[in-house]
Amino acid sequence: MGSIFNLQQILNGLQLGSIYALIALGYTMVYGIVRLINFAHGDFFMIGAYAAYGAFFAFNALVAGRSGTLAFLVLIVAMIASAAVAYLANKLAYKPLRYKPKLSSLITAIGVSMFIEYFFSALPAIGPSYRSFPEIIVRREINIGKAVISNLVLIDLAVAAILMIGLTLLVKKTALGKAMRAASQDKDAARLMGIDIEKVISITFMIGGGFAGAAGLLAGLTYPRIFPYMGVLPGLKAFIAAVLGGIGNIPGAMLGAYIMGIAETFASAYNSLIGEGVAFAILILVLLVRPTGLLGEKIADKI
Amino acid sequence: MKLRRIPWFLIAATLFYVIVYFLNKFDIINGYLLHIINLSLIYVILATSLNLINGITGQFSLGHMGFAGVGAYVSGTLTTLVLKLAPTNPANMLPFILSILAGGLVAALVGFLIGFPSLRLKGDYLAIVTLGFGEIIRTVFNNIDAVGGPRGLLGIPRFSNFTVIMVFSFISVVVLRNLIESSHGRAMLSIRENELAAELVGVDTTRYKVMAFSFGAFFAGLAGGLMAHLIQLAHPTQFGFIKSVEVLIMIYAGGVGSLTGSILAAFGLTFLSEGLRLGIRAVADATGLPIGGEWRMVIYALLLIFIMLFRNEGLMGNKEARIIKLGEAD
Repeated sequence: MGSIFNLQQILNGLQLGSIYALIALGYTMVYGIVRLINFAHGDFFMIGAYAAYGAFFAFNALVAGRSGTLAFLVLIVAMIASAAVAYLANKLAYKPLRYKPKLSSLITAIGVSMFIEYFFSALPAIGPSYRSFPEIIVRREINIGKAVISNLVLIDLAVAAILMIGLTLLVKKTALGKAMRAASQDKDAARLMGIDIEKVISITFMIGGGFAGAAGLLAGLTYPRIFPYMGVLPGLKAFIAAVLGGIGNIPGAMLGAYIMGIAETFASAYNSLIGEGVAFAILILVLLVRPTGLLGEKIADKI
Repeated sequence: MKLRRIPWFLIAATLFYVIVYFLNKFDIINGYLLHIINLSLIYVILATSLNLINGITGQFSLGHMGFAGVGAYVSGTLTTLVLKLAPTNPANMLPFILSILAGGLVAALVGFLIGFPSLRLKGDYLAIVTLGFGEIIRTVFNNIDAVGGPRGLLGIPRFSNFTVIMVFSFISVVVLRNLIESSHGRAMLSIRENELAAELVGVDTTRYKVMAFSFGAFFAGLAGGLMAHLIQLAHPTQFGFIKSVEVLIMIYAGGVGSLTGSILAAFGLTFLSEGLRLGIRAVADATGLPIGGEWRMVIYALLLIFIMLFRNEGLMGNKEARIIKLGEAD
């Protein structure tokens, strides 16, 4: 009994959940305002990992030996790179379709996602094959009882927590946050109140992209293998986490992501095939039983 | 006008068949070109059947190749492992065709089951569920050792020839056309236009959504079976998400809701795809640069984005060519 449900698995689950949470926030924020499932969001995560990879080799010579400073610089680069790509995707592909039928944007998002993945694997400098991620932070382990806690677990949890607290403060306390909340409630009314909706959407994409970029770095540190299609499955699972929490709801996305992370870790410990399928089982269950998610609100069809 | 009773589409298809058949006999169309024509005809079935689900009924399915995979594996298992048919014996044609139909029926059953979640889901949620379903089917094939697992089902007899594929493709288009122009098809269209209003005027939306999924899956299953018996292989990667997106690009390039558009796009994009494959290889050989096959998909992705940005309604809009339509009093 104790072999599956133990502290170690819970820690691994929280670690995976932290990565899902950072991705899921971008999904849920964009969906909250634009009502678009941004299929390319998982690829922003991949771009973060590759940007971190590049930044490590660029900065390694400059700040040799100081792994803390180096990791911080790499994190900033990963976040900026993903935010920039998210900004461009919104500007070039999604914005022109803002007032066209919703499915057009969804199909465009699939196109953007495919473009990013294949473009990266077509570039000779990157290529379709796996790369091992450099050990930016040296792994150290502490034993607590039977569980082994590595410093990476703590770093993943801390980075995710700091970013999420920052986001919550931004959304709750600042004028920009108020504008974002207003835009997600009623875009037209918000526009009439003088809010520049396009600017809010742009910033939302950049924040979401930046968070996905940070998740890309964390994933690279934790599971040190990167490739151009690495964003597809985590992207899907993070989306499912956002749906589980109630799409459009920021605390919901965090809650859903940690539930997903823990559920997947436990299921994988039982059987790896079930571990892969558990996400879709959760999705179908949520959609059938409580389509609004755990923290979402019900919206009636308007006639 | 009595003229409209002449089945122009049958005449056009027969003409196409005869011309290709004789050009092939006189070696003006070589084996490679004929292979691409065969593939195009199979994609005609895939694109028109997906159009029934996405274009006519307005549901958004992202797992269409999953159904094709069911058809391919079921018919391939029957002909290769169970009946062990040899393509040299003409008497084996009938069991082959029955195997293809069996593949279609199993795919339809799966489509029927998948249709149920669609009762409660709309638009983007349905897209994710069908995507997940397609991936689950792929994973299942990947893990069944009896049908080859990750190696795929090998050594499928080559039963699919131009005649067989042409007949299946023609019948599929005619059946789908007749379905769309029947009262059932009108009910499906009404769901696309406004589901709530359709329900209020008494359309059994649940029934028609499940029906669209089952029919669409049936024809996709046929296409998958034909494909497996053409390339003599059924492999899990043939039926993944990206392949489904390729079919999706066809219906959006051709025009949502237009069978004519789907047929034209199936031919156009299959030829474009082969052309790009050859072109990229030629450029790579000539320049010596490391240009990989991924550029083909980069161009495909850009094509999809540009269609959405600049010609949302596709090549044909939702119009049909006159020869496809049933006679109408105009």
